[in-house]
Amino acid sequence: MRDLPRHRLFWPVLALTLLLVVNVVATPSFVQVRMQDGHLYGSLVDILRNGAPVLLVALGMTLVIATRGIDLSVGAIAAIAGAVACVHIAGSGDPGSAGTAITAIALALAVCVLLGLWNGFLVSVLGIQPIIATLVLMTAGRGLAMLVTGGQITTVNNSFFKAVGTGYVFTLPVAILLSLGVLAVTALVTRRTALGMLVEAVGINPEASRLAGVRSRTILWTVYVFSAFCAGLAGLMIAANTSAADANNAGLWIELDAILAVVIGGTSLAGGRFSLTGTLVGALFIATLATTVPTIGIPSETNYLFKAVVVIAVCLLQSPKARAAVWRRGRRRPSTVKAGRA
Amino acid sequence: MIRRMSAVAVGAVLVGSLAACGGGGSSDASDDDSITMGFAQVGAESGWRTANTKSIKDTAKQEGVTLKFSDAQQKQENQIKAIRSYIQQKVDVIAFSPVVETGWDTVLQEAKRAKIPVILTDRSVDSDDTSLYETFLGSDFVLEGEKAGDWLVENADEADTDKNGAVKVVQLEGTTGAAPAIDRAEGFKEKISADPRIEITASQTGDFTRDGGKKVMESFLKSQPDIDVVYAHNDDMGLGAIEAIEAAGKTPGTDIKIITVDAVKDGMTALAAGKINFIVECNPLLGPQLMDLAKKVVNGEDVPERVVTEETTFDQEQAKAALPDRQY
Repeated sequence: MRDLPRHRLFWPVLALTLLLVVNVVATPSFVQVRMQDGHLYGSLVDILRNGAPVLLVALGMTLVIATRGIDLSVGAIAAIAGAVACVHIAGSGDPGSAGTAITAIALALAVCVLLGLWNGFLVSVLGIQPIIATLVLMTAGRGLAMLVTGGQITTVNNSFFKAVGTGYVFTLPVAILLSLGVLAVTALVTRRTALGMLVEAVGINPEASRLAGVRSRTILWTVYVFSAFCAGLAGLMIAANTSAADANNAGLWIELDAILAVVIGGTSLAGGRFSLTGTLVGALFIATLATTVPTIGIPSETNYLFKAVVVIAVCLLQSPKARAAVWRRGRRRPSTVKAGRA
Repeated sequence: MIRRMSAVAVGAVLVGSLAACGGGGSSDASDDDSITMGFAQVGAESGWRTANTKSIKDTAKQEGVTLKFSDAQQKQENQIKAIRSYIQQKVDVIAFSPVVETGWDTVLQEAKRAKIPVILTDRSVDSDDTSLYETFLGSDFVLEGEKAGDWLVENADEADTDKNGAVKVVQLEGTTGAAPAIDRAEGFKEKISADPRIEITASQTGDFTRDGGKKVMESFLKSQPDIDVVYAHNDDMGLGAIEAIEAAGKTPGTDIKIITVDAVKDGMTALAAGKINFIVECNPLLGPQLMDLAKKVVNGEDVPERVVTEETTFDQEQAKAALPDRQY
């Protein structure tokens, strides 16, 4: 029991729990989950469903960050995925069929893999710093998405495609099942094989791991492709959620949410060790925070401030130095009072 | 051969200068067809903007106005460059939608010195010197909010969907700090104060996007009991709210009334389908009014300093009638 606070997931989980408690106090029905039209319905389900894209992007980001890299282009890639899929569906001969949707999804993911190959090429072959290499697509990517949609919001009407974002299987949202599926596969591949260790090795010292016989370049390249793939899937969910591709706003700032989720989850930006469970907790935290703002009625003018304060508080909670400082002050105060009396 | 060409050239110069004299001498002599307009557009960032551009290009063609068009890709420096080039080309009139409100004084001074009148469209500039432009043609966002509020006051009995004597409104705001978001909220609030039963119980920004509108509405549906009305600052957020309401097992338009602003095609389709109850138009089709103003300005006629775009409102029946010819 005493070791519990030392577990690296203790503080993120505590923060998430506290945030949920705040919501329950503000709206007692917050935890209520009921059946509605044959699926689960409630705030908690919303958090899971709306958190799914962030979780996906954060999963890809976790591996990239573990190699001491960063991928800023995920938001733009998400926008491109949505744009490609929606434009394909809208332009096809049979815009309502499942076949069209599957082709559209495959096409969009293929484009994203290509973009991931490009990012990976810049980082692993040309040796450009990841923040710069992915900045290229971050700024240019939305332009590409605009080009695909012709600057318009493309609305589609395809029930199969819509299901990716809003559908339910076994009463649970498809979006979260997909994300958890990707999480499970990632965990299996990185933790049951040596791949996870190799990724960490590359993150700690690429040169040393290369000399030890690890194919650093291939591993680097792979994580960027994986990140772009996850971003693409997230982009499809975002587009499917409203059945529309909005090149300007889809996935806007999702890269920052994802990085935050990874960091809250305890993965260091300095590379090396990573925690997929931590990322899951971090993503759920971000999604809960987004739901908290309207639920407890924070005014629009101050909602960014509210988020900032919460995030700073969580970061301080996670910092051993900050905790130690608070702890020491808390202990010293009673003794100084005593000294004063004496 | 050379002599003949130079004769033609001299002739052309003479004719040109004569025409210039004529144009300067009496305004009636200048033919309407000969107007050249330089238009510096913001960019192509939304469906609304694309419709705006198309309207201006199409009307110019119809009215025989020679249009020099530039797309600033949402950058002020591009717009300033475009305006300077229009000044050098000595166009008859310059029109533009400023990307931002400030920083226009220098370039507009240059236009003024070159005696080229300037018309602002859609967005205004923040300058103390109103002599820098002839007129500002655009929507009145406060008025749009007032129209939405008026409709709700008139239909308050119907809008009280749960018949509990209170009309509870949730508001989906536009991007925090944007003029349309501030003004549309202000106009609406002002008008609904006429009926004490109407109350805004929650308000949150949905950033003018479908996704934002949907997420905020999902939370409102769970945290706010007995919502009667949704007032969304644009169609897109309203469309997102519709999805959230449907997912909650309620019928948008019946169980919860929806009022939006813009009247883009997707919004009008939802209105005609009965999912939205009322849309206040924010008209991007400024072309005809702009060309009309341009002609007046070039002919030296007086124009009002502020011209409000001709805008209407749509209920479900009107939407069904208007939908087939909706251009954007």
